[in-house]
Amino acid sequence: MSLNRILTVSGLFALMLFAGDPVWAAGAIEGEVTKQPVNLSAISMFVVFVCITLGITYWAARRTKSAKDFYTAGGGITGFQNGLAIAGDYMSAATLLGLSGLVFAKGYDGFVYSIGFLVGWPIILFMMAERLRNLGKFTFADICSFRLQQTPIRSLAASGALSVVVLYLIAQMVGAGKLIQLLFGLDYAYAVVLVGIMMMVYVTFGGMIATTWVQIIKACLLLFGGTFMVIMALSQFGFNFEALATKATEVHKSGISLMAPGGLLADPVSAISLGLALMFGTAGLPHILMRFFTVTDAKEARKSVFYATGFIGYFFMVVCTMGLCAIVIVGTDSSFYDAAGKLLGGGNMAAMHLAKAVGGDLFFGFISAVAFATILAVVSGLALAGASAISHDLYASVFKKGKATEQQEIRVSRIATICLGLLAIVLGIAFEKQNIAFMVGLAFGIAGSANFPVLILSMYWKGLTTRGAFIGGFIGLLTALALVILSPTIWVSIFGFEEAIFPYKHPALFSMTTAFLAIYVFSKLDNSEQARKEAELFDSQSVRSQTGVGAEGASAH
Amino acid sequence: MSEHIYERIKKDPRFSDLQKRRGRFALILSIIVLTVYYGFIMVVAFAPEKLATPLAEGMTTSVGIPIGAAIIVLAWLSTGIYVRRANSEFDTLNKQIVEDASK
Repeated sequence: MSLNRILTVSGLFALMLFAGDPVWAAGAIEGEVTKQPVNLSAISMFVVFVCITLGITYWAARRTKSAKDFYTAGGGITGFQNGLAIAGDYMSAATLLGLSGLVFAKGYDGFVYSIGFLVGWPIILFMMAERLRNLGKFTFADICSFRLQQTPIRSLAASGALSVVVLYLIAQMVGAGKLIQLLFGLDYAYAVVLVGIMMMVYVTFGGMIATTWVQIIKACLLLFGGTFMVIMALSQFGFNFEALATKATEVHKSGISLMAPGGLLADPVSAISLGLALMFGTAGLPHILMRFFTVTDAKEARKSVFYATGFIGYFFMVVCTMGLCAIVIVGTDSSFYDAAGKLLGGGNMAAMHLAKAVGGDLFFGFISAVAFATILAVVSGLALAGASAISHDLYASVFKKGKATEQQEIRVSRIATICLGLLAIVLGIAFEKQNIAFMVGLAFGIAGSANFPVLILSMYWKGLTTRGAFIGGFIGLLTALALVILSPTIWVSIFGFEEAIFPYKHPALFSMTTAFLAIYVFSKLDNSEQARKEAELFDSQSVRSQTGVGAEGASAH
Repeated sequence: MSEHIYERIKKDPRFSDLQKRRGRFALILSIIVLTVYYGFIMVVAFAPEKLATPLAEGMTTSVGIPIGAAIIVLAWLSTGIYVRRANSEFDTLNKQIVEDASK
């Protein structure tokens, strides 16, 4: 999430928010970057990571026999492992770079964002975690279509899931290409192809088992690297936060206002809309939801959120401290600036420069390799979520009407993974010079306005009908899309119109409300026999969702 | 397959009790987290200078720093509190209900 997957999400999202700001426009993911000299220590450490993960993929491939192994790692992951994997999904390279860069440039505002990225997790736990585990099998569409008609609901859920996955993948690919160009000195196209191929290998051969372990390893590397960097940096201030704060406010151009919000969220409509998008968008991301099906039972599902929230919260605090340390250590060192007084590589490179300043070339290489590993883990999770929407929802349920064999379904998901990988490579190259800042925001908007309302209402509202969910879900999807196109991010920044038709950058407040209203109205208007049958099934669903009776168990090994 | 068990569970008064207690607990915790977060966002939007107050006379660190950190810690603790109660008290009750219904 970043928000890594969320991730990666969070950093990218922050980038999107600041697309109009020159500091952000010059970031690692936005705008032009210059290729750096080939970085050998980073490349060799990355090669070590690739070898280890390929070894894991080989091991995972031999254990991946059934569809259950492929989609959910056999359902036998523990809460702790899944917590780390979720954290690995949510904390991305863009979190590390974008968030530290935001603190480096704006101080406290960066901290405000990191809090927004975290508070969705408790809500996911309280409202959804155990029900997801008790009702779901392979995809979140399993839950939405539990008592509703398979064909329309799975088509809707797959459209939502695939839109989110593709938008996200493009943003990741473009980000990866630029980042790798900067850190490793590789060509953009090579970097994109490399990421795409690695992703296809992990997912096609190792399925969810390999993806989970790549995410766990990456989360550990990121937590270790971040902690080490902050300890080294803080040691320069005698581990005294006040000393660091004093020094930072002395050298930064904003001075003491670093220590308070700087008006980035001054407009309450945008603030609330952003808060909603972060909170409920996270709860509608297919690759995040999928992680809840990998654990043994509801108990472990709950535990995984507890561990994930702890790791993510800790990491955000580490990254914000990193940004503050970079103000003093990087900001006062002219060797990190070019002749024009700009930070080398752009505003998002603050954390990388800090790594070099406190840990030397070897540690810089290590952090670069971790950043690359992070992207791989994120795109793998995305590819798996997209492939499962194609094979499990569209192929097995919609086209084959549930008559596909397990082996056919796995074969289709492998083919789908390869197609998604090729698509990601092609789009990644095609979008190199495009402004992609809106994509993650749009992905969150769709997740929060189409996937989330249908999912949550299917769990909690007896009156939800197929017609209501189908029409309302698509209205939510299209509203989010339309509002983003009409917002300043696309209408002004990309189409070049003078003024945006929709004045806010974040559509969630409006598109989510529209979706819920539409689902409610169309469900209420639905008096069909089918609707009555669906309502009758609600009680059994509700008992299952809360007690776990009849829920998918873990497979034997 | 599990239909008859569902019927029995539904009729068990302990199930509606569990449902009520767990739902209430989740709701209270959600309200606490949402109030704290949106309260914080409202201060950020309308009264940012409040967060700029120095922690103590002559200090640079503002009250906003520990407040922000406290929200992160609170979010994490709230998940811990929920998991503790749900995985012990609620799950024990749940297990009894399911076992009795499966007899």
